[in-house]
Amino acid sequence: MTISGPALLFLVLGLGLVGWLTGRARARAFATSQGRQALHSLPSYHGWYVALWAIVPPLVFLAVWTALSPGLVTEAVLSTPAAQGLPADGFSRSAILGEARSIALGQLDAGFNPQAQAFVAPYREAMAHYSMLGAVAALLLLFAGWAFGYTRLKANFRARTRVERVVMALLLIASLIAILTTIGIVLSLVFESARFFGMVSPIAFLTGTNWNPSSGNVDPDLFGAIPLFWGTILIGAIIAMLVAIPLGLMSAIYLTQYAHSNVRAWMKPILEILAGVPTVVYGYFAALTVAPALRDFAVMIGIPQASSESAMAAGIVMGVMIIPFVSSMADDSINAVPQSMRDGSLAMGSTKSETIKQVILPAALPGVVGGVLLAVSRAIGETMIVVMAAGLSANMTANPFASVTTVTAQIVKLLTGDQEFDSAKTLAAFALGLVLFIVTLLLNIVALRVVKKYREAYE
Amino acid sequence: MSTDTSDAVSATGSPNAKMTARDVSVFYGDKQAINSVSIDVDRDNVTAFIGPSGCGKSTFLRTLNRMNDTIPSARVEGEIKLDGEDIYASAMDVVQLRARVGMVFQKPNPFPKSIYDNVAYGPKIHGLADNKGEMDTIVERSLKRAGLWEEVKDRLTDSGTALSGGQQQRLCIARAIAVDPEVILMDEPCSALDPIATAKIEELIHELRGRYAIVIVTHNMQQAARVSQRTAFFHLGTLVEYGLTTDIFTNPRETRTKDYITGRYG
Repeated sequence: MTISGPALLFLVLGLGLVGWLTGRARARAFATSQGRQALHSLPSYHGWYVALWAIVPPLVFLAVWTALSPGLVTEAVLSTPAAQGLPADGFSRSAILGEARSIALGQLDAGFNPQAQAFVAPYREAMAHYSMLGAVAALLLLFAGWAFGYTRLKANFRARTRVERVVMALLLIASLIAILTTIGIVLSLVFESARFFGMVSPIAFLTGTNWNPSSGNVDPDLFGAIPLFWGTILIGAIIAMLVAIPLGLMSAIYLTQYAHSNVRAWMKPILEILAGVPTVVYGYFAALTVAPALRDFAVMIGIPQASSESAMAAGIVMGVMIIPFVSSMADDSINAVPQSMRDGSLAMGSTKSETIKQVILPAALPGVVGGVLLAVSRAIGETMIVVMAAGLSANMTANPFASVTTVTAQIVKLLTGDQEFDSAKTLAAFALGLVLFIVTLLLNIVALRVVKKYREAYE
Repeated sequence: MSTDTSDAVSATGSPNAKMTARDVSVFYGDKQAINSVSIDVDRDNVTAFIGPSGCGKSTFLRTLNRMNDTIPSARVEGEIKLDGEDIYASAMDVVQLRARVGMVFQKPNPFPKSIYDNVAYGPKIHGLADNKGEMDTIVERSLKRAGLWEEVKDRLTDSGTALSGGQQQRLCIARAIAVDPEVILMDEPCSALDPIATAKIEELIHELRGRYAIVIVTHNMQQAARVSQRTAFFHLGTLVEYGLTTDIFTNPRETRTKDYITGRYG
């Protein structure tokens, strides 16, 4: 007899409920025999205490067991006599075993490999054996945990405090998961990049000006990423910011200083809606509306190399996308300038715009700068718009009407279509990702420092 | 401490009035904060507004340079004149008015600029100096009058916000003086300061008397007695009593004034 994973899980949880009921019942019994005041915690806390002891150990065990048992199953299969006939080379060996395993699990009807059939029966046997073992061990643990929790209950037992501690542990684990995932992502980036830098030297990668990677070729001269960095800076840090900083700042000034509260009440949400538009929609807009119009304009005034995919189109649309970002950061920092400072300036007989220019903006500047840095870090990591509107040719050009490419667009290009993840070409994507990650990380750290330092100044 | 030897003053009709208010009422939305106040602010003396919290003394002070304009719901009725000129008339330029009637706030609020630029701010926007030399003179004179020059003359480029609270408040006074106002309004200028800094400000008020008409709002009755020659007592948005400081503190006409001064409430 085998018991499936979900069924076991429900069984554990169901028994946990039973544990909760028994714990509460016992606590109620204390209350009736020794009086309500004798009980330190409410009966339900006693229930929770018993239930947690009953379900947490088997759940932890099952999680570990699920990770371990496939290895144990394979071990068991390999120790059967049939395993003697397996080919020695690792690749075909694991192919046969994998096939046998799929058939045993019922995911596959018949194997391509005739040899696989021989292992189906041992697989079934071993899996049944280990799943039974796991289930029995889990239920034993459950019962042991329940018994431990149940016997510890007393009238003055501090179940409430214990449960509180478990809640804290749960919250801690939840927050650690996000952090650990980030660390995992960074590690994978670092290791894959290290493999890439084993084939292409970091110096060639970071200083070369010719970007033309192709499969199977590890000529370092083809992996010069400077044109990509330049394209990223041109679009994300120059053109987009030329659009976003003035417009965002001015709209923030209007909204905080001039707009009547009614106007502000409907205008600010609308501006914030801009931030909720999916970037792919901005992508269409850039590629289908802005880019052709810009190309026609460029051709009309006689700019050479004008292309229907241009840095200008991607940069302008990205700038529009970033406006609400800059505007809301600027809004916050302008609002954080104390009213007393505004009054001080007005009481000197200065006008509103003099006050804004001379007093409010200088005071809000660090916050605005922080916001702009965050916006830059968002812009250079933005992908959809540049993939659709900036193009894929790695040009080193200052002509904003020509096609350029960015780090993110190239990562997409390198990783789509290809399935092999060990050529220099695909690994280059990880190296690009690493560079992008480091740059945005640094920008964020600097920006948050600046913003924080400034916040302290007025509190 | 008064040096004024004239007879008891009445609220209105003084020949020496710099500002005159007649039947001034202030509303915040539907709520009336000031009810028909008439008062003269004397040219050569320090006038103190005293009264319990929420009595409207700060609100009334802010009508004198139209700082209430910055509050959208505020509305002022009645007539306030500066040297006979109606400051709420449509022909009055608020910006010019505030240059003539300066203000010092409860909490020191230096701009996040250097000490020099804090003082030079007003003269710069009003075009009072033609060159750097003139500006230096204005800054030095203002800081000297505010009694701050000796403490900051070697670090004029330091940020104004780096000074101590008392120094910041004197910097704000210097800033107000720099545009050469005719009246200086002070809204509880010492309430955020320690006793030593307070004593310095009070001394400064004495020195400024005569050069500027000064109105000071204060919570501290001893302070009113020390620095002012005229005292107005406000209660629940009305002007209860106005007279020579010596009279108000030694021989108040109204029982409400007497009760407040002797500490029965407030």
